[in-house]
Amino acid sequence: MPEIQTPSGSDAVRIGVYVCHCGTNIAGTVDVKALTEYAAGLRDVVVAREYKYMCSDPGQGLVEKDIAGHQLNRVVVASCSPLLHEPTFRRAITRAGINAFFLQMVNIREHVSWVHLDKQKATEKTKDLVRAAVRRVALHKPLQKRKVPINPNALVVGGGISGIHAALTLAEAGKQVYLIEREPTIGGHMAMFDKTFPTLDCAACILTPKMTTVVSHPNIKLWTYSEVVQVDGYVGNYKVKVKHKPRYINEELCIGCQECITACLYKEGKFPDEFNLGLSKRKPVYLPFPQAVPQKVVIDPETCIEFKTGKCKKTCIEACGERLAIDLKQKESFEEIEVGTIILATGFKTFDPARNPHYGYGRYPNVYTSLEMERLVNAAGPTAGEIVLRDGKRPKSVGIIHCVGSRDVNTNRWCSKVCCMYSLKLAHLIKERTGAEVFNFYIDMRTPGKGYEEFYDRLLDEGVHFIRGRVAEISDWAVHPSEEGKLVIRAEDTLAAFVRRIPVDMVVLSVGLEPQADAQEVRRMFNISCSTEGWFLERHPKLAPVSTFTEGVYIAGACQGPKDIPESVAQAGAAAAEAMVLIDSQFVELEPYTAFVMEEECSGCKSCIPLCPYHAISYLADKKKASINEVLCKGCGTCVAGCPSGTIQQNFFEDQEIFEEIEGVLAYA
Amino acid sequence: MTYAYYPGCSLKGTGRAYEESLLAVFRALNVDVRELEDWNCCGATTYMSVDELASYALAGRNLALAARENKDIVAPCAACYLVLNKTQHYVHDYPDIKTVVERSLASIGLTYSDKVHVRHPLEILLNEVGLQAISARVKSPLKGLKVAPYYGCQIVRPYATFDDQLNPTSMDRLLEACGAKIVQYPLKTRCCGGSQKGTLPEVGLDLIGYLLAEAQKRGAEVVATVCPLCQFNLDVFQKEARTDQKSVSIPVLYFSQLMALALGAPANAIGLQRSLVPVTPILAKKEIAYA
Repeated sequence: MPEIQTPSGSDAVRIGVYVCHCGTNIAGTVDVKALTEYAAGLRDVVVAREYKYMCSDPGQGLVEKDIAGHQLNRVVVASCSPLLHEPTFRRAITRAGINAFFLQMVNIREHVSWVHLDKQKATEKTKDLVRAAVRRVALHKPLQKRKVPINPNALVVGGGISGIHAALTLAEAGKQVYLIEREPTIGGHMAMFDKTFPTLDCAACILTPKMTTVVSHPNIKLWTYSEVVQVDGYVGNYKVKVKHKPRYINEELCIGCQECITACLYKEGKFPDEFNLGLSKRKPVYLPFPQAVPQKVVIDPETCIEFKTGKCKKTCIEACGERLAIDLKQKESFEEIEVGTIILATGFKTFDPARNPHYGYGRYPNVYTSLEMERLVNAAGPTAGEIVLRDGKRPKSVGIIHCVGSRDVNTNRWCSKVCCMYSLKLAHLIKERTGAEVFNFYIDMRTPGKGYEEFYDRLLDEGVHFIRGRVAEISDWAVHPSEEGKLVIRAEDTLAAFVRRIPVDMVVLSVGLEPQADAQEVRRMFNISCSTEGWFLERHPKLAPVSTFTEGVYIAGACQGPKDIPESVAQAGAAAAEAMVLIDSQFVELEPYTAFVMEEECSGCKSCIPLCPYHAISYLADKKKASINEVLCKGCGTCVAGCPSGTIQQNFFEDQEIFEEIEGVLAYA
Repeated sequence: MTYAYYPGCSLKGTGRAYEESLLAVFRALNVDVRELEDWNCCGATTYMSVDELASYALAGRNLALAARENKDIVAPCAACYLVLNKTQHYVHDYPDIKTVVERSLASIGLTYSDKVHVRHPLEILLNEVGLQAISARVKSPLKGLKVAPYYGCQIVRPYATFDDQLNPTSMDRLLEACGAKIVQYPLKTRCCGGSQKGTLPEVGLDLIGYLLAEAQKRGAEVVATVCPLCQFNLDVFQKEARTDQKSVSIPVLYFSQLMALALGAPANAIGLQRSLVPVTPILAKKEIAYA
């Protein structure tokens, strides 16, 4: 890299302005030629050019050549969002020998051409913005990025298939991983499934070995029944506070023998079993499911007699005996860890069909959600895989309603992507195990994916019925003797153009996928963004699908949007790889946008000190001045705004720079 | 708060029992209503199908009158309730309709206002009075009288302003507060046939038949309605209605009649005598007091 020269204060400011067409993205709505001509006439501008793709090699070359040929010392690029190409042009001008911060980007794509239609007015707006940038860049000072080491440890939040895969990938590469899961076991939704589409291989057979590997891996610290409650720090150096919820069992001492469960005063399960979605009962002391990882029981204080009355014989403790693993006095505890990178794999929740009252969920006992059906067909589920109605009889006919809580303007507009395929899987399993007539009601069959369309073909051959039409209503209202005692599905068959009434014994609502209920709190905690629907937002929908706008925080799996198992695993692997790029680079460069105190003007009033969220400001007693620790400062600007005498300034956002920019944008041409 | 009570034509004619009983309920619960001064036809059915613009102007006049009195308007009849709501939506959404409505109102010295809230008695009783206050005033509880709550179409379609569009429950809760037992009635928002009995009688009689037969099959002793046309269709055509039952015979009352009864109003003051299918036998059987 050539020596970075910076023009000294006395050097005349020489600005080059570069207007990008972005193909027709910008040039289609902005008169780029007129803008370039206008920019050429602005104060201090030595040269102004336009080019089809300024970010391309020849485009960057133009800038570099001009810096040498025209002795430019400031550059304005009018193109897309700085999020996309500020680093590109900073590198270009650095190569040509000037400081990276002598650049100002003007976003005439997202802020102008993509949001306006009137070419003339749009062009006028770009002129205003370029004028502001030219005025501002003249005042830019040379700055240097800060280099800080990266903590090689990583945090993975969420122990579903995505989190498990990400944690294992990192651990296999020799990185220390903390895997945090809020439920008492890892496994997530996938652990609830019997088979996976389209191969119908057993979910448990492919998932449980991975779960076991997690718990025994020397590089993974697994914390279940735990939640992240606070995140501080920045890329490479995050401080994360984790809450361990009391499971009233000492995990170190519990060997998973389950003798306490057998010994519990409740002879049979009495309370709705969370893992089986209430389709079976559990005791107050329980293991979520037989293959749970870790194999540690949990005590639920809401239902345990001892917690409720204090008068239990505590046969569980007796049964535990010398192992002494039961600790009814356990309290929630907190632990702080330091990590350099974070992968969020917090998953999804399923749509609550009570929001669609016309489908009768909750009113008619034999209307099930697809997730409940997953438990019913599961060999390890509440009925050992028997598909039965609430009264224990086998259904002779089953209706599967697609798109419940998906593709619906009244609830969720998005396609949940996995429902067509899992509905096919359930249809196959129901038909295979009960011989029932199975009716699928769909809007469109969406089966893109390897082997997916073929699976659909197979179901057609198996004699499963497909009716194209959104179901209007499910009721127990019989108008014909054949409908008595049945659930009647009413739907317009849009291919046959008439309304069908189909009586069935059982209805499965293929519920859509939704962001987790607390997705907003989680995203705020990790300082990332959400789409309007509440899915975690990737940095770029095509080119950075697992990065976020917060450096060092990655997303994987369905927390980013509905996706199936293979896609979730692919994303988890990608997120782990991206995290490793950062970890292995060992150092991270931080923007130099820190605040500083102009000492001679500081009165030492100390009002900035409590304002700083990062404890970066201290008081120098000898000088009676405030002082900002550059390493701790995040450049949030709170102290800058709070200083009563305007003594605190922020690099790259100094008052004069901002005022010039404002004057520039307001000035008449 | 005083509400501008807008009865519309039905509550002064075939639906008199609705007016009598509703005003009795409002009196018993201290809901202050005054009949809107100089009100006119709401503009529903006939106008709406012949000359939509005239219908918006008619509804607009009633809204303007309420605005002049600075009151919310209470519209018990489902057709009035819908047309007033629809007018507000259309005037808001379509500038050309707004122009016509404003111009025609200006010609009689009135000003259209979008500030008037169109309220339904169910919603006022539920949200302004509240279930607890209602229960507390019940003098003659309905003693588990089995009621099929029938809402009809117009108060939930297309504008579900205060209740669920597909499974409304406001009437269910009000009647439960009066001691009634609500039967599961999945047909609660299905069509009563509307005016089909007049134009396509066989269609109308089918639709009426479904509603009555299902209420009877589910063990309902009374059907409760919120709409004069629903009440009329279901009460009047029980003999002709086509059903799979040997016969249907079930009293069809306004929800307000049941509430007024529970609040202690005398039977003849709330129009119980006006129904064709008498309700008194079942009241007597259930030993529900009525004067």
